[in-house]
Amino acid sequence: MRENCLKTVYELAKTDERIVFVGSDLGVGVLAEFKRDMPDRFFMEGVAEQNLVGVAAGLAMEGHVVYLNTIATFLSRRCYEQVAVDLCLHNVNVRLIANGGGVVYAPLGPTHLATEDIAIMRALPNMAVVAPADAKEMIRFMHASVDHAGPIYIRVAKGHDPIVTTQTGPFVIGKAVPMRTGGEVLLVTTGVGLQVCLAAADQLAAGGVKAAVLHFPTIKPFDTEALHAHAEGAAAIVAVEEHTIIGGLGGACAEYLAETDLLASRKFKRVGIPDVFPSVYGDQNGMMRKYGISAEAVAATATTLLSARPKPVRIAA
Amino acid sequence: MTTTRLDERSKDLRRVIVRTLQKARRGHVGAAFSLIEIFRVLYDDVLRFNPQDPKWKGRDRCILSKGHGCLALYALLADKGYFPPAELDKFCAADGILGGHPDAGKVPGVEASTGALGHGLPIGVGIALSQRIAKRDSRVFVVLGDGECNEGSVWEAAMCAGKHGLSSLTAIVDYNKHQSYASTKEVQDLEPFADKWRSFGFAVREVDGHDVAALRATFTALPFAADKPSAIIAHTVKGKGAHFAENNMKWHHKNKVTDQEVEALLAAIGEA
Repeated sequence: MRENCLKTVYELAKTDERIVFVGSDLGVGVLAEFKRDMPDRFFMEGVAEQNLVGVAAGLAMEGHVVYLNTIATFLSRRCYEQVAVDLCLHNVNVRLIANGGGVVYAPLGPTHLATEDIAIMRALPNMAVVAPADAKEMIRFMHASVDHAGPIYIRVAKGHDPIVTTQTGPFVIGKAVPMRTGGEVLLVTTGVGLQVCLAAADQLAAGGVKAAVLHFPTIKPFDTEALHAHAEGAAAIVAVEEHTIIGGLGGACAEYLAETDLLASRKFKRVGIPDVFPSVYGDQNGMMRKYGISAEAVAATATTLLSARPKPVRIAA
Repeated sequence: MTTTRLDERSKDLRRVIVRTLQKARRGHVGAAFSLIEIFRVLYDDVLRFNPQDPKWKGRDRCILSKGHGCLALYALLADKGYFPPAELDKFCAADGILGGHPDAGKVPGVEASTGALGHGLPIGVGIALSQRIAKRDSRVFVVLGDGECNEGSVWEAAMCAGKHGLSSLTAIVDYNKHQSYASTKEVQDLEPFADKWRSFGFAVREVDGHDVAALRATFTALPFAADKPSAIIAHTVKGKGAHFAENNMKWHHKNKVTDQEVEALLAAIGEA
């Protein structure tokens, strides 16, 4: 996904002179072809991320469309004020390509796990937050990103994730994608959570339970219209994400569902990382499984919710 | 320490600041009085700009990174016609555009919203790089506070500007040697300050930041080196122009300013 994301930046930059690339201290040879072909628009500025965000803001203030790449935690945690003030307050066209959103860097420990990046980016006015599910969706999104007005946080997954999306048309920022429709259960997800939810829906179907899957490649702006439409037909809703359960996609769903009174006759559950710094290593899939972000656990959560759904309210005569 | 006498224009600009302060009853007086000559010379003699077209591409960019010094910037922007002087009467008011820190979205002539320290120089570096890509000759001036130079992001940006040899970029430090709590020496000593900038790849000059002629001569010499960014360390006095506010930390940020204090400030300026 990351490779395709950066490759698309290069391809877009070849025909659009506004596009500039800014990196921190990335791996050897990253975007070597960009540096070779467009050296005046390629910047690799070292382990100085706060400066990087400010520089990107300055470039964007002058009309450039800036793609800035570094590790997700450094953009979300270290540079939060620069992102808020330099990018969001000025509402400039900087696209933050955030490597390793979620628990991609499981072997490297909690300093490198971006488990609250969606929540903190979602809190910023003007910021769009995008988490494609696979490389194909990432490429479609990247084409849509060029002319979007304002900053974008792009959550990049590990790479070599299975291709699970099927759309081929233009990516529309701010629109949810119904992957499966109809059924007692609605699985709502984002990023690589989509592959988990599709597998969970298969498992539920094998058990005789039909599940809809609504994918949010854009978490902000949040497509409340799609959530509303799909939630209405469901008895149980499960929000699944590779992120803390606080303030991410599940939080966005909970806020909307509660405020529109859609929870009165429905059960709702957030599935994600609990309020902890994950303390084990291993790999991304193992860590996701540990916290219930797996097909089996999501299917089980949905089944439990269905069995606990509220009884119809009887109104006394 | 400078003992420069102020001429009538410097005094008049300070009077504008005091009148602005009087309506809001608050503001960073010490910081504004400290850097007013820097802005005066920039806007009177150095910068290319067009108040009728604030976003004119050929303009020089000037960023007040120490956003709390904005009373000085507002005095010059009003003086040059970016907005009607009556707007100064609404400083920090709900129906005004002039906040306690400058807002680029609201105030014509303000290039970047600042106030959180350590942001101006990185943005200035980005703007200078953009001018280089576009092969434009606009210059970029970033006015920093000395206390602000405690921020690591200032030195990240300095490193970056030095690496790229951004001769169109000038960092100007209002070096009044005081920050909010106490002297810079006591809180976070910056010395050897000029050497720090030199070691990051800047060509450096030091100047009396209240001496208008010396400032003009320094700005005229820019860039100090053909392949380096420039740094001007302007030695100033916090609160310069009102003897009781000079180097007096009570006047770093002042609120609930009384009419008596306003009168005292005006009287002191007259004697400066």
